[in-house]
Amino acid sequence: MEKIEELIVSKVSHSFAFNDILKDISFTLKKAQVLSIVGPSGGGKTTLLHLCAKLLELEQGSIKNSFISCACAFQEARLLPWKNVIENIALGLKAKGIKKEQRENEAKKMALRFGLEKKDFDKFPKDLSGGMAQRVSFARAFIIKPSLLFLDEPFSALDIGLKKELQNLLLKEIKEKQLSVLFITHDLMEAVKLSDEILLLDSKPVGHIVNNYKLLLEKEKRDNVYVYEKTAELLNDKHIIQAFDLENK
Amino acid sequence: MNFLIKLIKDFPAYLFSGLSSLASILLFVALWDFGNQMYGSLALPSPKETFYTLYLMLGNDDVWLDIIITLKRALWGFLISAVLGSFLGLISGLFLTASMMSRPIVTVLVGMPPIAWIVLAMIWFGMGDYTVIFTVVVASFPIIFVGALQGTRTLEGDLKQMADSFNLSFSQKLFDLYFPHIFSYIFPAWVSALGMSWKIVVMAELLSSNDGIGAALGIARSQLDTPSALALVLIMIISLLFIEYVLLEPLKREVELWRK
Repeated sequence: MEKIEELIVSKVSHSFAFNDILKDISFTLKKAQVLSIVGPSGGGKTTLLHLCAKLLELEQGSIKNSFISCACAFQEARLLPWKNVIENIALGLKAKGIKKEQRENEAKKMALRFGLEKKDFDKFPKDLSGGMAQRVSFARAFIIKPSLLFLDEPFSALDIGLKKELQNLLLKEIKEKQLSVLFITHDLMEAVKLSDEILLLDSKPVGHIVNNYKLLLEKEKRDNVYVYEKTAELLNDKHIIQAFDLENK
Repeated sequence: MNFLIKLIKDFPAYLFSGLSSLASILLFVALWDFGNQMYGSLALPSPKETFYTLYLMLGNDDVWLDIIITLKRALWGFLISAVLGSFLGLISGLFLTASMMSRPIVTVLVGMPPIAWIVLAMIWFGMGDYTVIFTVVVASFPIIFVGALQGTRTLEGDLKQMADSFNLSFSQKLFDLYFPHIFSYIFPAWVSALGMSWKIVVMAELLSSNDGIGAALGIARSQLDTPSALALVLIMIISLLFIEYVLLEPLKREVELWRK
């Protein structure tokens, strides 16, 4: 029998020095599922993601990650400035010890898939626009064929056209490769469009999960009307109003 | 190997871009000739006379010997400060306390005029090689030290995190993340330290040595031999221009293609 791939977070708390950031966070992310964590800025969303991705040391609670491979994409592209597009994309393969020729071939394929052109291959990050850099960042994450992807607001600095394009690419990968995603965002609409389940993380007094919302409609069937209506519905939810402090504004 | 070919391929284009600087140099020579016509040959020999003296000088073995002596001292001084400065700078960059503590020391080293060091070095080491090399080291060390220090201090946490998320091994992080970043700070520091060494070595020789270009300059001064003095200055300038623009600059361009 194949091992079940899942991410189980239970009773995780975290603090920086004397600042409590997270308290008693528990959730489970299953195979081929997209789980979004929404909440106001500064609410500890990124900390939670870093804990799950093992970029921070866990202090309290437990995180069991049985996914075979994981990759991250961050809000900023975080490319190595002294490496060109192809070398940046191939970074994860390099870490796995794959030979130069092979990894560059794969990187080129992946670059084309994510809408980069041949003429961009030798460019350095300084010559890329923000959108192109984010494409490279996505290609770099996808090239290691992750079964779990950590996304830390990767769309928030992109224009709406590019945002839509990358989101559709992401949806395609999720469907084809049975990819699981832990998705951090403060944009409800984005969360409604992409996820199977949304967790609301309130930052007051200490980051904790207030409520969860399941979205049952298949992702391909979610058109604009559905996304708008569902988002409007969520915006009227009392927990969301409280978490984002919507009433006093 | 690829790197070498690219270096050679880009070289003609680089030389062509130097034409405008050539024009400005020629303009400067014209001004110089004008100065000669105004003030006469004793104060300012004409460019023609100077270049002719230079030509005669370069036919003389003693002058070549002086050049080699000076070059050797400058390079030794530079090498010592490059090794010491890079190493200590990197180390102190890694520790917050060390970098905080080294700041005032560096300020003192940078602020202290080289001439003061020469006097001290003459008392400590007497006349000769050691005094000159010591002065060069003391003058160029802080430049390199600061470059290396900033290189390690500015290593970005974001990129480190990214590297961790892709499970890069320590040696991969060293070669793909730390070295390129630090090098981009340390290399310009090396370049300016080399320029500094070349200037300081002549001054130190003039005051504390019997051989080398600096000493020859001192002799020319005492004999009021202005053409020779100017010719020696030319040797220094030309060799500095050669090192800087023919050797270092193209290298720097290739190494830092990714930078803007």
